[in-house]
Amino acid sequence: MSTWVAFFVLAALAVGSALGLVLRRNPIHGALFLVVNLGSVAGLYLMLGAEFLAAAQVIVYAGAIMVLFVFAIMVLIPGKEETGPDPRRAVRLLAPPLGALLCLLLAFVVARGTGAPAGAAPPAPATLGALGRLLFTRYLFPFELTSVLLLAAMVGVLLLARKRGS
Amino acid sequence: MSGAAFPVVSLGPLLPTLIVLAAAGLVLLADLLPRRGGRDLLATLGLVGVVGALLATLWRWGSPGRAFDGMVVLDGFALFANVVICYAVALIILLSVDYLRRVGAESGEYYALVLFATAGMMLLAAAGDLIVVFLALELMSLSLYVLAGLFKRELASGEASMKYFLLGAFASSFMLYGIALVYGATGATNLDRIAAATAGRGHDPLLAIGLGLLLVGFGFKTSAVPFHMWAPDVYQGAPTSVTALIATGSKAAAFAALIRVLVVALRSAQADWTVLLWAVAVVTMTLGNVVAIAQSNLKRMLAYSSIAHVGYMLVGLVAGGVPGAGAVLFYLLAYTFTTVGTFGVITLCTRAGEEAVEVGDYAGLARRHPVLAATLGLFLLSLVGIPPLAGFVGKFYLFGAAVRAGYVWLAVIGVLNSAVAAYYYLRVLVYMYMREPEGAAAAWAPSFAGGLALAIALVGIVVLGVMPAPFADLAQAAVAPLLR
Repeated sequence: MSTWVAFFVLAALAVGSALGLVLRRNPIHGALFLVVNLGSVAGLYLMLGAEFLAAAQVIVYAGAIMVLFVFAIMVLIPGKEETGPDPRRAVRLLAPPLGALLCLLLAFVVARGTGAPAGAAPPAPATLGALGRLLFTRYLFPFELTSVLLLAAMVGVLLLARKRGS
Repeated sequence: MSGAAFPVVSLGPLLPTLIVLAAAGLVLLADLLPRRGGRDLLATLGLVGVVGALLATLWRWGSPGRAFDGMVVLDGFALFANVVICYAVALIILLSVDYLRRVGAESGEYYALVLFATAGMMLLAAAGDLIVVFLALELMSLSLYVLAGLFKRELASGEASMKYFLLGAFASSFMLYGIALVYGATGATNLDRIAAATAGRGHDPLLAIGLGLLLVGFGFKTSAVPFHMWAPDVYQGAPTSVTALIATGSKAAAFAALIRVLVVALRSAQADWTVLLWAVAVVTMTLGNVVAIAQSNLKRMLAYSSIAHVGYMLVGLVAGGVPGAGAVLFYLLAYTFTTVGTFGVITLCTRAGEEAVEVGDYAGLARRHPVLAATLGLFLLSLVGIPPLAGFVGKFYLFGAAVRAGYVWLAVIGVLNSAVAAYYYLRVLVYMYMREPEGAAAAWAPSFAGGLALAIALVGIVVLGVMPAPFADLAQAAVAPLLR
């Protein structure tokens, strides 16, 4: 029972914040609605037992990417709302039918129940512990390779960001 | 899953890559030392690393190995690709020393990033798992994005870096999506396990879409039409030594990974990708050659020419089987020597204090620098495919394999394209030998290391052209185990 309540609260939050994101004219408000949306979807992930996905959603999307969004908005439109006639009105007219088509397709897929991949996906539980164990056993090599990748990226950033002649 | 499933750590198959990475680390540390002999020490370290990796590769020859549960497969195929990559990078480091000093862009990070890119290329050729393919590709690409923007004072260099980065990141996301769909269809990212999961199964739309997206990603990295848009701007704007690296090493590595993924993991979908690649090969060859005719900038012309060469190599992949894939591998070797040599001459030529990059800059070069002009002439003739140079033999094997596999029309289109290509390569020869320079003439910036690199490349294309059989046999022996 309590899971149902939690689900409906989270779902209502997700849908409501998504609507708010689309309908608000102030881009900063939109960005804040997006944070609420990402957070409530993370809650849904958590209810499905996908702890890692939930944590990644909060850290990467709600955290890092949203900060970028807000920065970009503040730099581009300092304190001014988008007003005036919409330059892409024709494109916007196409959006409702295309969105309806997507909804139909999704409903079709859900109704047919062919959402699961055909292959023999590993039945490992997606808990953080199991993922961590996989990361340090079977996927040890890609894990280490990622550290080399990050080192190369750091060296590259230093090279590009350094002033000339220093 | 129990915690005891720790993979057996066997570093032997990783030895060539580890040597290169160690050299990269040493270069970064040595860059901190008080400077007396300039940056020559760093270039030497880098060269030692690459030559060490080459020796380690030759030492491992004939003893294939796997590491980390099949994540890395150092078989004959990877070893052959390693040789191509190591030769390309070693020659490029030799060419870079005096070039960078001349243009005032010396830095320790340059050599470190070249070595990081090299490690990525070697891992790409040896990747036995799609995750490693992706990470190695990123390691290589990330280093190259930065290197393309090395000339911070020049807008074109920044443009090249930015374009390469944005389109490359776009391509990476395509590839990642493809990997995800292949995983969804088969439940595996390991190439052998993908092959086992798809063997004997019917047509799977999910797998087909995944294959298509993977091909888009590889198409970007190898600059096959219609994913070639970045190549001309990047080749033109990047420092010439970096252009040479992008044109040879990165292309060889991406091709090696493409061959391995298609031939090992997706062999059950061979009918699908053969049809796709047939069409891509035809457009790539034709567009590359036709547009190259209109270019007056030599680096831009070579960019389109390298697109055309990708088309030729795709012909070999379409032909398939040991002869086709072996011909591609041999062509990679021949193309690498020839292309590094061509770009090498460009790095060593100046005109009025600037780099000589226009075709017109080379007018009258033969009279003032007959040896240099003859060298560039030989490299261009090898690109055309004139016997007895490496380019001819490479094309001969490629088109021969296509004819034997029944793709006669593809071979005919390829040969016609080679004839078109002769026009723009020979135009450079005409300028060098039959035109007088307007104003200042192109001059040769003296460089012992650069001259050495050109000499090695020249010997390479002549040896490959005169006695290709042993190398072609090696290439065929290298691909044979993949096709079992």
